[in-house]
Amino acid sequence: MNAILETGVTDCHPASAPDYTPLEQLRALQLKRLRAVAARAWQQVELFRSRMDERGLVPEDIRSPEDIAKLPFTVKSDLRDTYPFGLFASPMKDVVRLHVSSGTTGKPIVVAYTQEDVDVWTSVLVRCLAGCGLHRGDIVQIAYGYGLFTGGLGAHYGAEALGATVVPTSVGHADRQIMLMKDFGVTAMCCTPTYFLHLIERAAELGLDFKELPLRAGVFGAEPWTESMRRHIENASSIEAFDIYGLSEIIGPGVGCECRRHQGLHIFEDHFYPEIVDPETGAPLPEGTEGELVLTTLSKQAMPMIRYRTRDITMLLPGRCECGRTLRRIGRIGRRSDDMLIIRGVNVFPSQVEAALLEIEGTLPHYQILLTREHGLDQMEVQVEVTPHMFNDKIGALQGLHEKLQGALDRVLGIRVKVALVEAHTIERSQGKAKRVIDRRAE
Amino acid sequence: MKIHQISLFAENKPGHIAAPARLLAQEGIDIRSMYLADTQQYGILRMIVSDWQKAARVLEEQGFVAKVTEVLAVEVPDRPGGLADVLGALEGTGINIEYMYGFPYPVGDEAILIFRFADPDAAIAHLQAAGINLRASEELLKK
Repeated sequence: MNAILETGVTDCHPASAPDYTPLEQLRALQLKRLRAVAARAWQQVELFRSRMDERGLVPEDIRSPEDIAKLPFTVKSDLRDTYPFGLFASPMKDVVRLHVSSGTTGKPIVVAYTQEDVDVWTSVLVRCLAGCGLHRGDIVQIAYGYGLFTGGLGAHYGAEALGATVVPTSVGHADRQIMLMKDFGVTAMCCTPTYFLHLIERAAELGLDFKELPLRAGVFGAEPWTESMRRHIENASSIEAFDIYGLSEIIGPGVGCECRRHQGLHIFEDHFYPEIVDPETGAPLPEGTEGELVLTTLSKQAMPMIRYRTRDITMLLPGRCECGRTLRRIGRIGRRSDDMLIIRGVNVFPSQVEAALLEIEGTLPHYQILLTREHGLDQMEVQVEVTPHMFNDKIGALQGLHEKLQGALDRVLGIRVKVALVEAHTIERSQGKAKRVIDRRAE
Repeated sequence: MKIHQISLFAENKPGHIAAPARLLAQEGIDIRSMYLADTQQYGILRMIVSDWQKAARVLEEQGFVAKVTEVLAVEVPDRPGGLADVLGALEGTGINIEYMYGFPYPVGDEAILIFRFADPDAAIAHLQAAGINLRASEELLKK
């Protein structure tokens, strides 16, 4: 990691200038944009307007940044309930991109971008990557999934705009990823931290040591990871590992990112306004106190999010970062206030599993989600107890049921999971209630 | 002319057949014939027992997922061509065999095969018309 410092390259990319905006100027900009986005949502989004009406509020009631606490929260189920286009603030002719992420039940959630939104997204990704010490001349392999998931395309546009050479591998095909990393002399990887662990393991099996590659940085996100995982990754591959944060509802990856000090993640506050609230009461909490991260998009056109409850538990770190940025920082995300699971970077809710089982069976059998890690990759198994209603004395019928369950889960979750039919009463119940999720990934 | 078969769902793991077998033994229920249809992950244990009603009840009480199915016990002459004759009676009728398995011992002079047909009533009519005997109850399947 010292190697980068010695090259004398710092995060001097011109796109990083807003990271250093004087505080007073930044707060003034935030207030101006907050008022504008609240006015836009109030005019264009019926759900937001009706919630403002209930509180007897109009956008003009926002006179200081603290007034944001008067505004109503937006929660994930709002996106589901208004599926697909109910929260759009732009007509479809101005929307240039749609992305889809998992909802809490069968229906996904949709997020929209105008060209301006895509440009903002690209600009924050450039600031992320520049902050990680990347620049023109770097060869960046992007092994986040490309497609409906925001990870791949978000990182892609950012890395290109930075001036780097992009290798858009998307996720999967580990052997090919490793071959290209080696043959192309890739200097930076963007992927989930667990996928990178998987690549390290696979490379070792192939007799390749990542320490011998030109690779020097990894920008890892889309799932929570720990300091011990960072140490493991850095030791096993001689790279500098960065944590990047984002969520589709706000924009995708690039809401915040670590700088080279690795003292928390800077939030790009000129576009995303962070608050920490008590997850139970919703009351604002001061800096340095752990709570739920709430984000407001300050410049989003197509789909402004006002006080979005991320369910991610963290804190705003007090004080200024040694790097000189004026942007506030959040601590690394360690846990969530809901039951969302992150499997290979994809959001999964137990309620989605229930929805899929209900769709096939009509009634909900006892089930359990078993999470394990094999060769660095998350594995998810859904065990379903066979009920008399489901059971059939013909193998073909049981296999048909098995395939239908598999198909429904694949479709609803968007990832491949293993389905296991198990005998009745074999899933452990405590006080009559089955424990739905067994997470053995850390073992 | 139909007899009752008990089927049980069992995971394909060591010991998973022993528990229901032990339970039936405790209840004095005799397993006359059985067949395990299996996949890599799970199996279906199909049994003809001495008292199917009691077997179904005790298995259910102990939390097993059991199902009662009507099957046919068909006498097959124990000689070359015996099975071919039985199946010949069904040829061209469009009656589909879902599955079949043999009895472990001859009953009288006859071998017995258990058939599950998609349409058992039609199968009975065709088999009887061809002069093939069916065992009408579990009691007629003693050694």
